[in-house]
Amino acid sequence: MQVPILKQGPHLIATVQSALTDADLVQLRDAIVEQVGRTRARGVIIDVTALDVVDSFATATMRDIAQMIRLRGARTVIVGIQPEVAFAMVQMGLTLEGVTTTLDLEEALEHLGERQNGKVAR
Amino acid sequence: MRDEAVATEARVVVETDRDIVSARQQGRFMAAQLGFSPGTATLIATAISELARNILLYARRGEVTMRTIENNGSKGITVEARDDGPGIPQPQRALEDGFSTSGRLGLGLPGVKRLMDEFRLETAPGRGTVIVVHKWVR
Amino acid sequence: MTDLQTVPTDNKTTIDTTGTLTRELVAHLRENRTGLREEWLRRIFETELLTAMTREEVFAEATSVYDSYVEALETRTLEALQAYAQNLSERIIPRGVETHEVVGIVLLLRDVLARSLFAKYHANFKLLNAVLDAYEPAANSIAITVAVGFVQQRERIIREQQEAIRELSTPVLQVRERLLILPIIGVIDPQRARQLTEQLLRGIRATRAKVVVIDITGVAAMDASVANHLVQTVEAARLLGAMVIVTGLSPEIAQTLVNIGVDLGKMNTVGDLQGGIEEAERLLGYKVVLSAEPVSA
Repeated sequence: MQVPILKQGPHLIATVQSALTDADLVQLRDAIVEQVGRTRARGVIIDVTALDVVDSFATATMRDIAQMIRLRGARTVIVGIQPEVAFAMVQMGLTLEGVTTTLDLEEALEHLGERQNGKVAR
Repeated sequence: MRDEAVATEARVVVETDRDIVSARQQGRFMAAQLGFSPGTATLIATAISELARNILLYARRGEVTMRTIENNGSKGITVEARDDGPGIPQPQRALEDGFSTSGRLGLGLPGVKRLMDEFRLETAPGRGTVIVVHKWVR
Repeated sequence: MTDLQTVPTDNKTTIDTTGTLTRELVAHLRENRTGLREEWLRRIFETELLTAMTREEVFAEATSVYDSYVEALETRTLEALQAYAQNLSERIIPRGVETHEVVGIVLLLRDVLARSLFAKYHANFKLLNAVLDAYEPAANSIAITVAVGFVQQRERIIREQQEAIRELSTPVLQVRERLLILPIIGVIDPQRARQLTEQLLRGIRATRAKVVVIDITGVAAMDASVANHLVQTVEAARLLGAMVIVTGLSPEIAQTLVNIGVDLGKMNTVGDLQGGIEEAERLLGYKVVLSAEPVSA
């Protein structure tokens, strides 16, 4: 299941549409890294609103993505973690430490915009 | 009152990563039918995901069986993850908190154990692994 | 014809008894059904049980109970009775029938039937004993089955009602735009904690809250598991992009948190609720100022 990745200004927005297998996650990671390299994107927004389960593999992959594109000078924002998913993640001890998470796209763009201008949000 | 037929058992053979998704979706469905809250159903699905992935990573093939259970009027779900693989080395360590729960290859077992009401692990070198967990609707 | 019959050892619930005597006493109870049922009803009304129901209703239920009772004695299995008891309980609990009434009427039936056996077999003491040996264990199993079934149903219904009330009550308050307050009061058990967290997280999503103030001034004591839960709630809220301020932390609870390994330096805590709200507004106001970029000419 390919995750569509769109370019919006200096940012890439990857919108997950349905449940992702491990192979899908790896494919997503590679696609994002490749596109950031190619387009010199400053930020990547991964919309996971459609994910009903985020387990250790998905969490690790998201952290990997953030780490890998940081090396290319870009920031990652994970958007739309569902309340039930957030709850399950913290109970399982899965953390997205070091990765920014916001409720929706608007918040994510705001965060990236502020970052871009060199201002500190919090 | 709530006498809709609840699927009492679902078995998924785990051989590919697609099966991991299938297993956890069926588990979530069963949990929701049993009356678990959406949060807890997600939790159960996440635990199933971890158990199924372990099968894939360590044994390449196995099966996950989900069953409804009853006891004194209480309903619950039991999940059995079984494989004929090489067994889990150092099972005691695998159950310790902090044993690679954040890593990709982490077994995720401490997390699963913490969240289920009952947890049982049987494994022996070359003799495969069986993990059985229960969670009760509360 | 054997006196003692082997009892099947599958997972069916069974009553051990002697075959022939059982058949005899069951036949007797069936023959005298009308009279014994009347006697039972008379006693029920006399002791003023089941006052929540009309006479007609009591009569109808009594007939069913009597027949189920005798059938349980006859078949030596309790499954049908269990199912009937559950069904009966579901119907009468909303009517306000209480545990002591249900136990009471079952015991009355047991007595009425026992007396009837006394009357029939009193001439032969040995036979009477044998009949009672067959009857009593079965009758007791039946009484227990019905009583336990009723109590379980009652507990289940009470639990469901409590759940419904909890769901309806909205402890998560929106006081400003993007600001939620969750005041926690009283004793929190793990289940209540889980519920509050789920409601809070849903509230964050629904109101797009950026800051949440969790006030635990009203919480007297917190054990490690609930404290752990609080920490998880803070982390989960962060995953939803919201900041959490914890207010009203007593020294005892602070100690509990430290004991379970929480770095209080990392948790945003403020003394009291008012202070917490002010801090939250500051955080929100700070962000608002920042977003209003001056338009370059």
